[in-house]
Amino acid sequence: MVTAVKRTLAEKVWDRHVVRRTEGEPDLLYIDLHLVHEVTSPQAFEGLRLAHRAVRRPDLTLATMDHNVPTTAATPADDISLRQMDAMARNAREFGIRLYPMGTPEQGIVHVISPQLGLTEPGMTIVCGDSHTSTHGAFGAIAFGIGTSEVEHVLATQTLWAGRPGTMAVTVEGELPRGVWAKDVILGIIARIGVSGGVGRIIEYRGSTIRGLSMEGRMTICNMSIEAGARAGMIAPDDVTFAYVENRKHAPKGKSWERALEDWRALPTDDGARFDGEVRIDASELRPYVSWGTNPAQTVTIDGRVPDPEALEPALREAAGRALRYMDLTPGTPMRDITVDAVFLGSCTNARIEDLRVAGDVVRGRKVRAGVRALVVPGSMLVKAQAEREGLDRLFRDAGFEWRDAGCSMCLGMNPDILGPGERCASTSNRNFEGRQGPGGRTHLVSPAVAAATAIAGHFALPEDLS
Amino acid sequence: MRAVRRVTGRALPLDRANVDTDQIIPAHWLKRVERTGYAAGLFEAWRRDPAFVMNDPRYAGASILIAGANFGSGSSREHAVWALDEAGFRAVIAPRLADIFRANCLKSGLVPVELGPETVTKLLELATREPRTEITIDVERRTVEAPGVRVGFALDDHARARLLEGLDDIAVTLTHADEIMTYEAQRATWLPSLRD
Repeated sequence: MVTAVKRTLAEKVWDRHVVRRTEGEPDLLYIDLHLVHEVTSPQAFEGLRLAHRAVRRPDLTLATMDHNVPTTAATPADDISLRQMDAMARNAREFGIRLYPMGTPEQGIVHVISPQLGLTEPGMTIVCGDSHTSTHGAFGAIAFGIGTSEVEHVLATQTLWAGRPGTMAVTVEGELPRGVWAKDVILGIIARIGVSGGVGRIIEYRGSTIRGLSMEGRMTICNMSIEAGARAGMIAPDDVTFAYVENRKHAPKGKSWERALEDWRALPTDDGARFDGEVRIDASELRPYVSWGTNPAQTVTIDGRVPDPEALEPALREAAGRALRYMDLTPGTPMRDITVDAVFLGSCTNARIEDLRVAGDVVRGRKVRAGVRALVVPGSMLVKAQAEREGLDRLFRDAGFEWRDAGCSMCLGMNPDILGPGERCASTSNRNFEGRQGPGGRTHLVSPAVAAATAIAGHFALPEDLS
Repeated sequence: MRAVRRVTGRALPLDRANVDTDQIIPAHWLKRVERTGYAAGLFEAWRRDPAFVMNDPRYAGASILIAGANFGSGSSREHAVWALDEAGFRAVIAPRLADIFRANCLKSGLVPVELGPETVTKLLELATREPRTEITIDVERRTVEAPGVRVGFALDDHARARLLEGLDDIAVTLTHADEIMTYEAQRATWLPSLRD
């Protein structure tokens, strides 16, 4: 009897997209969906124009504007940003690509809108000129970020040359303690495996804790796979996935839906398949995290204190010392004693409707601490509209938050929403790199619940700390 | 893409791990629609510190960057490679390069060289002690040579050939257009399309 080869989810999805495989060469991989935004695409379209090439599959290509759009009319885009948005509009027109520009109801952060439109589905390959493309792995797709030259390559050929990455299982088992959210799960994972723990590999998140998460929680986890250096992150599709996809605009319907379901149910990793690496985490050990440094592995639990670099292992000391100087923090300071100038609730990590509901609950009937600038930036205009139907906008506005239009906003310092030099921010985004939210700005990564409580308290806080 | 057979030059020692692409080229530079004009943005924030190694005139004209592990992490911005290239760098040596950054290097002819941590430490010390030290990276033989150092580095045949010949990747891929069409003909019919 022939024993079938046991394969992981990642291997199954990868193998079915190989157009060409030759010894000694990377695979030529077919791309099912190419997401495009204004910042990393203009040079790619220019390359096509110079070589007289067309976009091979405009029907598998979606463009939006998210990175440098302003999120309020009060702070319009600068001329250079406008030129980039104009270029996106012109390129979409010229090459026949669907575009959701600023001012359309479908516009939003590329990684928020694609799942909402039902374009992100299990078993697909999805790429975008943005490292947080890993988000879409939550559906059991292989999704990863690419550079502009590869954007051009995909536009022209709908394929990419890529070596099959290794595999890594991160298994989280057990019930999450109260107040611990998906954001804390991924920060806890990165704290354990480090910012290069996933380099060259696709992480598959497994275990009862992961299965217990909603699709939005799963997207938060996969989103930050790149923060562990991983090529991609994935979660096996299950009934939660199917229920999310069903009936969305671009989801298969009728007989097609039945056939798709049958296919998707065969995707999860086979029992007995081997991973190149495995990490196991007990969910009961996780707590709400706050980052203190300048990379996403430099975190402590909110009950903790700013670490003393001298107490860390030698390899980490110098970077920790440099991070603390940049962050202007003193070792031994309790995290709850650190005050903030700004709170940012947004980004492709944490600006979906569930994130806004959690934060909205925390601020209900309360006021943002005087002197704190607090922003809520929904991940898409569809999220914004839904939040407004639920009255969440009123909760935030009454509490003193600014209620903005969709965009990447203060996640990355390339639109009008930036921190001033030295300003300190509690942020639901994904990167606390130096200057990430604006030159000289200081970022602390947190969950939406902690961000909301921190806006009210004026210092890092849990919702239960509020009187 | 520019063909590259061999890089010989002095090296800038950047002894830091996890240097992310936001440091290599800050986001506000990414508003440009051109492929050039990024050199002044290279390590913009760090260069404001007079003590930053790049401000040391002894390293002016260096064509090789030596860095700590996980260089180029974070954002996928290829602008990081463009900025390094424009500033005259032709190769980056580190114990580990971030995946997307490494892929971007290969698209612009910036030679990505991953070496064991001990060797990288040795090269960092060499470049720090004696800034005029020349290092040679031979793409064809896949070797790195410096005084007292001669090591091989990993570069698959495909990547090596493309660096050596400076091939237009897209033109190569389009020679497989029939295979792409064959693949497309058997794709599942339920897969989403913007035409739906």
